[in-house]
Amino acid sequence: MTTQETVLHPAAIIEELKKNEFTHVVWLPDSETNFMYQLLTNEPTLDLVPVCREGETMAIAAGLWVGGKKPVVLIQNTGIFESGDSIRGLGLDVNQPLVMLVGYRGWSRHGITNDSAARFIEHILHAWGISYYLIETDDDAGRITSALEEAERTSKPVAVLVGTEFGA
Amino acid sequence: MIGNTDAVRLLDSKREDSVFVATMNANNVGFGLPSVTTKEPLDFPISGAMGKASSVGLGLALAQPNRKIMVLDGDGSLLMNLGTLVTLSNKAPKNMYHFLFDNGVYAVTGGQPVPGAGKVDWEDMAKGAGYAAVFSFDNLEDLTTGIDQALATQGPVFIHLAITPEIENTPVAFRPRARRSVQTAFRELPVALGSD
Repeated sequence: MTTQETVLHPAAIIEELKKNEFTHVVWLPDSETNFMYQLLTNEPTLDLVPVCREGETMAIAAGLWVGGKKPVVLIQNTGIFESGDSIRGLGLDVNQPLVMLVGYRGWSRHGITNDSAARFIEHILHAWGISYYLIETDDDAGRITSALEEAERTSKPVAVLVGTEFGA
Repeated sequence: MIGNTDAVRLLDSKREDSVFVATMNANNVGFGLPSVTTKEPLDFPISGAMGKASSVGLGLALAQPNRKIMVLDGDGSLLMNLGTLVTLSNKAPKNMYHFLFDNGVYAVTGGQPVPGAGKVDWEDMAKGAGYAAVFSFDNLEDLTTGIDQALATQGPVFIHLAITPEIENTPVAFRPRARRSVQTAFRELPVALGSD
């Protein structure tokens, strides 16, 4: 049974982004984040930068960062697979302290996960030496702050895996 | 056709305080931007990022709206990231000038033709993607007389340049190395921009 305590609301994520003074959300929508889109388009402190393919996000974020802004990337785990060379060349190699919010398609705490997007993602992040945090409820939203602190301390990208669909 | 060095030298002479985001032949150590630049701290080489120069340029243009951002792209590079044309025109940064150095080949890998060489209409593609203005030059004289108008036009502007291919067949291990690395540029540009 889903209770209020186990729901992740997009407002909780956006409040965390605002608290940390992120300036731009560079993203490609996925099926879980429609409510997030509606809130983002009405949030004046966050500039939404939609892309056509996920590999653009780390490159756009790199330009924003060098130009003095604080971007966050929001894509699905499938997009991480597509973005490999951007994460390597414009994230890891140039020490970009980038927070990547990543929809964890296929994630489940129960039973067997058949979705290869879920089965491979943590292995890929391990291979790149990218740390990650898991968010499943509103109570976990503070892990975005933890991820940002680690990204800035280590000068590396850090992922936040969003392990549940957003509630309305 | 326009010589690579001639094109980069002319753009450099017109740059004022613009940032150059340069890739591939436009950033070639021997005949590209590093060989002629007059404001190296504002040069941002992105040769290792496989088609993402315009994406980095978009981020810079959004972060620095009062400064011109000139992306010096290659046709092979842009083909790797064609969606960028729409992503960029959708955000429509008024300070973005996207130059395409179109030589029709993968020059640094031996000169193999890029897909669609001689068939793709880059002007139509940029117009169709929604750029505010599109220019095209196929000789140095016209570029010299037309560049001021292009740079005076509100962006995002796409400028197609027909460039003479300069093929590199020297083994990579024996080619001259860039004196200034991508990592160095990432450290130095924020200082030059005052955004550090």
